[in-house]
Amino acid sequence: MSNASTAPSNASTLPDGWEMVIGLEVHVELHTATKLFSASPNRFGDAPNTNIDPVTLGLPGALPVLNRKAVELAIRLGLALNCRVQASTFHRKNYFYPDLPKAYQISQYDQPLNIDGYLMLPGDVRIGIERAHLEEDTGKSTHFGGSSGRIHGSDYSLVDFNRAGVPLVEIVSRPDIRNSDQARQYVNELRSILLAVGASDAKMEEGSMRVDVNVSVRRPGEPLGTRCEIKNVNSVRGVGRAIDYEARRQVDLIESGGVVRQETRHWDDAEGRTHTLRSKEDADDYRYFLEPDLVLLDPDTEWVEAIRASLPPLPAARRAGLATLTGADKESEAVYVVVERGQDVYVATVAAAGGEPSRTLVYVQQAFAEESSTPRVPAADLAALTILERDSKVTATQAKTILAELVANGGGDAAAIAAAKGFEALDTSAVEAMVDAAIAAQSDAWAKYCAGEEKAAGALVGAVMKASQGKADGKVVTAVLQARRAAG
Amino acid sequence: MVPRFASVLDIARDIREGATSATRVLEEHLSRIDAREGEIHAFNLVTRDEALASAACIDADIAAGKPVGPLAGVPIALKDNMCTRGVPTTCSSKILEGWKPPYNATVVTKLHDAGAIVVGKTNLDEFAMGSSTENSAFGPTRNPLDTSRVPGGSSGGSAAAVAAGFAAASLGSDTGGSIRQPAALCGLVGVKPTYGLVSRQGLIAFASSLDQIGPFTHTVADAALLMEVIGGHDPLDSTSLPNAAPQLGVVLDRGVEGLRIGRVVDMPSGSEPEVLARLEAAFAALEAAGATVVDVRLPSLEYGLTAYYLVAPAEASSNLARYDGVRYGMRVDAPDLNAMYAATRSAGFGAEVKRRIMLGTYALSAGYYDAYYGKALKVRRLIADDFAAAYGSCDVVLTPTSPTVAFPFGDKTADPLAMYLCDVFTIPTNLAGHAAMSVPFGTGAHGLPVGVQVLAPALGEETMFRVAAALERAS
Repeated sequence: MSNASTAPSNASTLPDGWEMVIGLEVHVELHTATKLFSASPNRFGDAPNTNIDPVTLGLPGALPVLNRKAVELAIRLGLALNCRVQASTFHRKNYFYPDLPKAYQISQYDQPLNIDGYLMLPGDVRIGIERAHLEEDTGKSTHFGGSSGRIHGSDYSLVDFNRAGVPLVEIVSRPDIRNSDQARQYVNELRSILLAVGASDAKMEEGSMRVDVNVSVRRPGEPLGTRCEIKNVNSVRGVGRAIDYEARRQVDLIESGGVVRQETRHWDDAEGRTHTLRSKEDADDYRYFLEPDLVLLDPDTEWVEAIRASLPPLPAARRAGLATLTGADKESEAVYVVVERGQDVYVATVAAAGGEPSRTLVYVQQAFAEESSTPRVPAADLAALTILERDSKVTATQAKTILAELVANGGGDAAAIAAAKGFEALDTSAVEAMVDAAIAAQSDAWAKYCAGEEKAAGALVGAVMKASQGKADGKVVTAVLQARRAAG
Repeated sequence: MVPRFASVLDIARDIREGATSATRVLEEHLSRIDAREGEIHAFNLVTRDEALASAACIDADIAAGKPVGPLAGVPIALKDNMCTRGVPTTCSSKILEGWKPPYNATVVTKLHDAGAIVVGKTNLDEFAMGSSTENSAFGPTRNPLDTSRVPGGSSGGSAAAVAAGFAAASLGSDTGGSIRQPAALCGLVGVKPTYGLVSRQGLIAFASSLDQIGPFTHTVADAALLMEVIGGHDPLDSTSLPNAAPQLGVVLDRGVEGLRIGRVVDMPSGSEPEVLARLEAAFAALEAAGATVVDVRLPSLEYGLTAYYLVAPAEASSNLARYDGVRYGMRVDAPDLNAMYAATRSAGFGAEVKRRIMLGTYALSAGYYDAYYGKALKVRRLIADDFAAAYGSCDVVLTPTSPTVAFPFGDKTADPLAMYLCDVFTIPTNLAGHAAMSVPFGTGAHGLPVGVQVLAPALGEETMFRVAAALERAS
């Protein structure tokens, strides 16, 4: 996870006196068995035009029937984003394009299913969620010939309708995001929530999660500037780059006397810049009106509450729990990574088996990247290892070696492995003797260390480690050195 | 006068009891088709071979003593905007050229299950937009009672097929009067059921919030039977009501004693005097049968036409946008995508369809929505409110079905507004989502049939059919 950064960075790439205002519109495909309005499979990667039916193709006379599971997942998502679930309606968004079979998209317009939620970012930054509404996906066009990869100038185009009618939720944030780091954190946190509640597999590379970015700039305290919408951002990294590029472009434009026009821009990841796609004046008039083939979607309270009750603990709560258990910072990388992998429950199990929680967290973060949310190493085995290390029966270095064996073998008796490898922590008098030998051999380093140059301890510790063939416990060595220095 | 052909009930009984066979009944109908279809043009397609095969199956089932459905062996015609698997379904438009649906409309499945024999797909105003069947891309249908005149529309082919004895009954669709008006002009019973009572799955949409499928028959009892067959909840149509099909056959003999019949005192003007005379005769007949006539006001009725010509074209502009030449039907090749769209739709749609697409697109456009479509929705609500108030003091309302009897070809084609006025009495029912039916009640000018319209609130079919049956007994 790329942004498992510790503190929220408010670093702006803009010149002093400028502020970014960012809102994100994120489309996610819901993880249903079938499409939003028909029984065709909702499956990525199948042969083109195999997951189709009269409704998907918009054949004359075919009518949409709403998928209850899609509604349930959308509500799960809405509740996880702290939204209010309300009675909602579907509208038709009318426009012509070959991958839009009915020439209208069924979408929620002025009465969306979920409204008024929020999502928390590191540093207790609260990003408002305006709405999270249901809609159907379009088919996928591929244009052949020509240079642009777009329909204009192409020789021919092919359309795959497998994706048409796949259920989407569009999550619209309020313009509460102030820099590209927050935007990336928002996308990552949203993705974690989607995965946690099982609403979507949220893969940006497969297009099951797509991010459109609205960016404007202003001088702090001034009214909102004119925004541009950036499309075709295909990675979390791209989100940050596109925002930084676009905000800078707008500031440069304004500072050189220009005016930002409201328009839709295309992010070119290879070139690292945005291009005008269409201006507001060219924008389609979608002629929204209430979809007469569907009726009011009014989820009853009992159903909504049952869904709420079935929600798993969400990532933020899990991170807080893990931080409390292990004493780590809840915004530390270890906490993010372990919760992201779903291994926080495992950490708790190891702790419950008598394991030392903070060491467990470090072990799991470092050695369990390839493991699932339920690692193969039995909790008791890992717990035993942390106790050996806590009690200085093995050194950190030795523990790491044992951990590698546990992971490789799917478990094992840490004490037995330590014995087999001849690992034994040296007793303190032996360490003291080695420390004294090191001080004698490296008088320069000792002098520097005594003068307060902490780095100089490295050479002394290294010498002890070498002499002990790695069996000395680094912490003990450091403690002895400090005691010697204090004794003068 | 309308020639008398055997009723659905009689045909079904005779076939079941072995007095005749499905094949013989079908051959009688096919021979009438052979004799007059060239002149009438009720059909876009006669499915002769399939029908003969189906009839043979019914006869075999009966011979084997197997149970058969209530419509076993009854020849029925379908308006050509209902999808039939593997059989061309055109909406009388060139744009659907060559298209064969891969599925049956729910009503078609229900007819099959009841043992009905589909004899063909009937002509209509293109995409059901019209009141005379003159807007068909395949040429007009003639009224079998007077071939110099229109059969009404848009379900003119379905009406003509029954009136000419080509089918014992037919299905039409009614968006603003497209069943009731041709029923009136051809001397038939025609029913526009409560919105949601009959599935729209497989009905090619004109205006989705208004469209309903219903039957054309010679008798009220036949219409009741057809309603029992085609009605009822369909999980494939989200706007389908949860109700089971209404049981109407049993109510027909209950009479009208004690029922309150509404007379609209502020009724839109412009009806032929002979039509109004028949309406008065209908009130008198019902009073004689024990009903009471009460005055009701429907002040917003006069705005119905205006609201309809915003709501229906708006929905149509969206429903018909899918005919883009990309996936099925006609395509006119052109150098780029937009040119292909334009060329295809220019060649594929007729003038009236284009007019309504433009009207509807305009009504929904940014900056105009509130003034047109938005306001039309408000009128729609007012009409429903007016009806609700009226039904506080009466059980059904009686009006003419059509202001005029069948009119000559070309009479109204030059003036779209004059044509739109044909539906002034029928449109409000669709806007309200209510039930209504036309019952033949004598003749007017030129000895042509006049229909009286019985309007009822949503799911008021039982009372409506009781009144219709009483009118039929009195006519």
